[in-house]
Amino acid sequence: MSTDFNLMISITIIALITWLTRVIPFLLFGNRELPGLVKYLGNVLPPAIMVILVCYCLRNINFTGVPGCLPELISCAVVTAVHLIKKNMYLSIIIGTVCYMIVIKLSIYNLLFQF
Amino acid sequence: MKEFRFALKQTFPIFFTYLFIGIAFGILMTEANYSTLTTILCSIFIYAGSMQIVMVPLLQAGASLVTIAIMTFFINARHLFYGVGFIDRFRKMGWRYPYMVLSLTDETYSILCSVQYSDELDQKKTDFYISLINQCYWILGSFLGSCAGRFLPFDLTGIDFSATAFFLVVVLNQIKQYRSKIPVLTGLVSAVLFYLFLGPDYFIIPALSVSMITLILLKDIVSKKMEESYEH
Repeated sequence: MSTDFNLMISITIIALITWLTRVIPFLLFGNRELPGLVKYLGNVLPPAIMVILVCYCLRNINFTGVPGCLPELISCAVVTAVHLIKKNMYLSIIIGTVCYMIVIKLSIYNLLFQF
Repeated sequence: MKEFRFALKQTFPIFFTYLFIGIAFGILMTEANYSTLTTILCSIFIYAGSMQIVMVPLLQAGASLVTIAIMTFFINARHLFYGVGFIDRFRKMGWRYPYMVLSLTDETYSILCSVQYSDELDQKKTDFYISLINQCYWILGSFLGSCAGRFLPFDLTGIDFSATAFFLVVVLNQIKQYRSKIPVLTGLVSAVLFYLFLGPDYFIIPALSVSMITLILLKDIVSKKMEESYEH
């Protein structure tokens, strides 16, 4: 009974603080004319944020050992190449992801064969 | 209805990501003996992928509420930067405004900041559908993982790379679209530098903050370059 209660309290706190991080920019600027600087930031921050998000997704890659960072490097290169050639985001994402799923399988095989 | 179909198409890349990470979260919750109802409540009210996955061991270990609160703030602090570009766009959306703010995840953010509308679409409706459909994928994934995760007939390991691929595609599009390459370079350089100095767990907030400060300092140069692009 008390563990259920604790669980609900914990989940409520996590939800409220997650909401807080999303609400703060709107609380700060939501009710008045936007200052020029905020408009400017809203315009130029997205590319910086997105490239940081890509790094965030790749943050746990290994730089040493087998297969190391190869699956991620190869798949990112494939996504970039397909996207530059075909200019179709769906195709780039699907081919890149399938490539990643295959490469990580292959590297597991290679490891097994080495032993 | 055409807005809904358009939103479905835009959110398609996220379908796999959210379904699979949702399933992973559902499996974690079931293995930790939390009910399907609890799992779904988390996905409705918290709706933050990495936080929900980090949360499971914290809850199990009986971490104190203060620890949980601080962890939540730091893991989600990157959201502080997302709202800035959407203030005008969201506050025009009436009853949908609070939902748009609270459902602004990494993936929804990246779709909303890269989507290109044609004139015939109602932008408010479409934005709302994009946010809502994404959350439905997430809830569906958590539900499936919680109920049936262990009986999945095929191996989906690696499908979470679809999120990385999606973000990368958005970056490639933005590089082409933005006249000034300074914003993307600022982000990349600060991310790499802080990654090298602070390691994988702590680099994102310093990288975001320093990018913002750098872009403020370079405002004159960047704005000038950006305005050129509107003339062409």
